[in-house]
Amino acid sequence: MHLQANDVVMKFKGVTALDGVDMELRKGEIVGLIGPNGSGKTTFLNVLSGVFTPTNGNFRMGDRQWSKVSLREAARLGIRRTFQNIRLFPSFTVMETVEVASAWLDKGDRRENAQIALDALNFGQYRDRIASELSYGMQRRLEIARAIAGRLEFLLVDEPTAGLNHGESQDIVEVLQRIRGQRGCGIVLIDHDLNVIMNVCDRVIVLAEGKIISSGTPQQVRSDPKVIAAYLGS
Amino acid sequence: MQLALQQFINALSLGSIYALVALGVAILFSILRLANFAHGELMTTAGFTLYMTLASGWNWVLAVIAAIAASVVAALILERVAYRRLRNAQPLTLLMTSFAVSVALQSIFLLTFGARPKGIELPAFVDASFRIGGMRVQWLDIAIILITAAIVFGLTLFLRKTVIGLALRSAADDFQTTRLMGVKANALFVGAFVLSGMLAGIAALFYFATVPNVVPSSGFEPMLKGFIACVIGGLGSLPAAIVGGFLLAFLEVGSDALLSDNFSPYLDAIVFLIAIVILRWRPGGIFGVRLTAEQRV
Repeated sequence: MHLQANDVVMKFKGVTALDGVDMELRKGEIVGLIGPNGSGKTTFLNVLSGVFTPTNGNFRMGDRQWSKVSLREAARLGIRRTFQNIRLFPSFTVMETVEVASAWLDKGDRRENAQIALDALNFGQYRDRIASELSYGMQRRLEIARAIAGRLEFLLVDEPTAGLNHGESQDIVEVLQRIRGQRGCGIVLIDHDLNVIMNVCDRVIVLAEGKIISSGTPQQVRSDPKVIAAYLGS
Repeated sequence: MQLALQQFINALSLGSIYALVALGVAILFSILRLANFAHGELMTTAGFTLYMTLASGWNWVLAVIAAIAASVVAALILERVAYRRLRNAQPLTLLMTSFAVSVALQSIFLLTFGARPKGIELPAFVDASFRIGGMRVQWLDIAIILITAAIVFGLTLFLRKTVIGLALRSAADDFQTTRLMGVKANALFVGAFVLSGMLAGIAALFYFATVPNVVPSSGFEPMLKGFIACVIGGLGSLPAAIVGGFLLAFLEVGSDALLSDNFSPYLDAIVFLIAIVILRWRPGGIFGVRLTAEQRV
């Protein structure tokens, strides 16, 4: 199944954050979304996940087509996400954090389903810990566990390695690859760590000033003169 | 010693009523950022329902159920008619709307029931009491304390163990992210208003059992105390609202007991002054709830 975005435009009071973006995401594929600060990467994820209603554009996934989608509808379509700045529920335990998602997005026993998502990220022994008391790296992983509970078609991950050391970043990369393998979902990964992007992604899309300036395999993008000029530098 | 124990029970009983009002206010504020000044009118709705049903000869159990149900229905009507369209409005807009709703409801009560107090014909057992040594204790106070404890326990279980309870708690932390978990916004709003209406109804029963007459503005004073309890505890937090309710009651009963009768007319002013001092010391309330710029109303 594909998730297709056509001619997506997002304007904020005259500032154009996305300017006619066309993108096709495929299940089972990890796509890296890179570009300079302010290029529209997070805005695109916000539009896909229903946080923002685009000024223009339409989307298609399977036989579903839409031009705007609510947060809830996006989640129920299986378009799930994490945030650049971690947004957990501070007073919740690890178990409760995932339980909310499995209760509303999955069938069957919510605690069992939540436990499956937690086990996928090796959270077994931490299930009763308060989410906000976990280490930063574990909070990042918990956000991912919450995002994979219930229906999952496409996982949008916004800078999951930000603030993490090399070992923790590597751990997140392995987690994403494992989720892709186990769930067969498509993953859109925004990250400023180009080593992560180049190592884990099947395809890379480069945004600059709200437009796609390049896309292809990591090797193709790395050697694209437009990308070097706009983002990578010499 | 006996007097101190008597005052302690009085403060616990009064604190229970304030805590229930404060909880009802805090639930809506924590989830919707709505400072619902019409909460007092939900209590008045329950009061007039109690008056009408008991005056019509209803059994008191049915009258109690009807009063709570009326408060819940009134809360749901407010949500549908006044607040639903304002979900994304600024907190100040919500605040002004709640003032307007409060005044409109008081006017409706005035037109329907008139300005004269309506005496509620409470069953005789409300005045029943027992003695411990030389001290006379009202069963009503004991019932208020125990029922409030049971309600707080039940509410805690509801919020921790049920699907809608978890969603309400997560929405209080982060409404947008909660919707990303597939939660229906309507379910959250309706759930919050039902809880708030139910708490207002129960608080009204206790309040009108101690002040057995109802006028259109009856709900104002307990609502104001409930708000102050919330602010003292820490606006937006449910445990803080409970602590604030009991603290306010202990301040009130303590001031009344310690000061001479000459100060009685100024009791509220003295209590509010102490509340101001507490807030000067802890601007976010006792529990120090930090509010973002958006949340400050």
